[in-house]
Amino acid sequence: MSTPNNLIEKTEVEGRKLSIVEALREALQEEMRRDERVILLGEDIGIKGGFGGAFTVTLGLSEEFGSQRVLDTPISEAGFTGIAVGAALGGLRPVADVQYGDFLFLAMDQLANHAAKLRYMSGGKLKVPMVMRAPVGATTRGAQHGQSLESHFMHVPGLRVACPSNPYDAKGLLKTAIRMNDPVIFFEHKLLYGSKGSRKEAGGLELFGTVPREEYLLPFGQASRVRQGRDVTIVANLLMVHKSLLAAKTLAEQSIEAEVIDVRTLVPFDWETVFESVSRTGRLIIVHEDTLTGGWGAEVAARVADSCIGYLQGPIRRVTAPDTPVPFAPVMENFFVPSVEKIVNAVKEICQ
Amino acid sequence: MNQSLLTRERRLGMYRKMLLCRMFEDRVNSLFLQGRMPGTIHQAQGQEASAVGVCEALQVGDMLTSTHRPHEHAVARGIPVKFLMAELFAKSTGCCHGKGGSMHMGDAELGMLPAIAIVGGGVPLAAGYALSFKYLKKPSVAACFFGDGAVNQGVFHETINMAAIWDLPVVFVCENNKYGASTVIDSVMKVKTVSARASAYGIPGKTVDGNDVFEVYRATLEAADRARTGQGPTLLELETYRFAGHSRSDPGHYRSKEEVAAWKKRDPIVRFETDAQSSGLLTEPEIVDYRASVEAELNDAVAFAESSPSPLAEECLTDVYAE
Repeated sequence: MSTPNNLIEKTEVEGRKLSIVEALREALQEEMRRDERVILLGEDIGIKGGFGGAFTVTLGLSEEFGSQRVLDTPISEAGFTGIAVGAALGGLRPVADVQYGDFLFLAMDQLANHAAKLRYMSGGKLKVPMVMRAPVGATTRGAQHGQSLESHFMHVPGLRVACPSNPYDAKGLLKTAIRMNDPVIFFEHKLLYGSKGSRKEAGGLELFGTVPREEYLLPFGQASRVRQGRDVTIVANLLMVHKSLLAAKTLAEQSIEAEVIDVRTLVPFDWETVFESVSRTGRLIIVHEDTLTGGWGAEVAARVADSCIGYLQGPIRRVTAPDTPVPFAPVMENFFVPSVEKIVNAVKEICQ
Repeated sequence: MNQSLLTRERRLGMYRKMLLCRMFEDRVNSLFLQGRMPGTIHQAQGQEASAVGVCEALQVGDMLTSTHRPHEHAVARGIPVKFLMAELFAKSTGCCHGKGGSMHMGDAELGMLPAIAIVGGGVPLAAGYALSFKYLKKPSVAACFFGDGAVNQGVFHETINMAAIWDLPVVFVCENNKYGASTVIDSVMKVKTVSARASAYGIPGKTVDGNDVFEVYRATLEAADRARTGQGPTLLELETYRFAGHSRSDPGHYRSKEEVAAWKKRDPIVRFETDAQSSGLLTEPEIVDYRASVEAELNDAVAFAESSPSPLAEECLTDVYAE
């Protein structure tokens, strides 16, 4: 799968070409230099001679900031997540990470019952400024290292959820997340990282994007229209943004012009951009790698039906993973993950 | 301990705090039975020496975490009882503005995190506070109350291990009241004491009489000093007993009358009064005066709570996010 660089690029931006891994690392480095309260916690993130986290995002940071700020933890996801919550309450700005998003379930109590609720149950007296980074996406690792979990966390009031699809967004959103006073779950797709060397991901996109040398922040709650089109709106996140763009290219050859919207953050969600787009195109496809039932696409479909029903010229269709665990066999995984072809077919069905 | 190390005022102050804890709980119980408060309650009558002994050893700036049974912890930590009472009455003047309730009472500005009602859930939060104290070079410690029911949770093990390897300034305080709801501790733990587990983490562990306020104070002070001077965490086990059932709806049929009677003989307040009278610290008329003064404080708290406004229904929608 090649990257449709001409479409995803922020052409107005001057800068260097970075991968998402490099962009995230730069975001962490800049925020740690700017604010001493920013610390990192996770497994294998700062070990000398190690690999800088499962996907090299934190490589080199312990050399610059020391082991007091880059804390290598035991394999204790629930414990160190809770410690991150407590440290955030105590005035630090922890950025914790799990090696695979699937491990967030181990820390679910600390995220959903504590991080998300302490502000509320204190009557607004407390804040929990922490970030939990989590890689998602099916990458032939099977059922427990490949889930896309965004919807679980979108459903918990009190949590913010980000899911960037490119280096520019990844850096700008992570810097904002670190400065936010709310807990943020920050999802990163394994096939978009652009990790190098032995940590390079088989099947990953060669995704490099222009990232400015100057500091910038991106606000949460602002979707990005990555392709303009008049016939159908495709709303996607993470890897599916790229697949949707490829689908749009194929569709354009058949005279269907798709508008592609990258949600960038799920909480808060930029409803206005989606509603505005659907009110022009009259058609909506939602694409996510998360499974179908109760996925975030269901929420988008419901809200659009509620706010834009008069504009709709066809059914709302979701292109998602089926309601199964993530399979291992590549032939099955390729069936599981939404393909460009499935997106094209869904669009053609509702455009008939 | 050698009580003479504590001033007379300090000792009497601890006595009054214990009385306030007990009489607060008794008052809350009767208000519930009269139907004047919503929700449920988990009461701690009998555990006053534990609450007061621990809190007396803490300083301004230290942070306490608590459990689903937090009333006495909050009283002992010094949160004014009128704000606690107002929270139980679900009023906007409550310590959590009516969004917390019985199981989440607390006020971080006054040194107690809103109580955590997931068993064991507060243990890593306390260690996280301790990490922030250590990192920010504050001379503070975190103290963490949990019950015997919490010691078989995964986060108990994960957290104490991390606190130990990082020498975090935290005191883990297990109030072993023998029962997790109706389950007796002996049936769910093979070792004889909770404190024995400390050796698995390479930290000191100690079991003390949780119904002796001076013993609890001394042990906590020692553990807190250790934490404050960079020597890391301690696991304290306070042997105590709750006189009431697990919650409002629990009559406690799983405990024998003999067992309850035996523990009532060790009532921490009766013990204090008996000892204090024989040592000349307190006289019978003074005890009557103390009780009257606590009664008056509670009357004021109830009046404050009942006359306070309820929150607006729409306030349900606020305080979800900071920005």
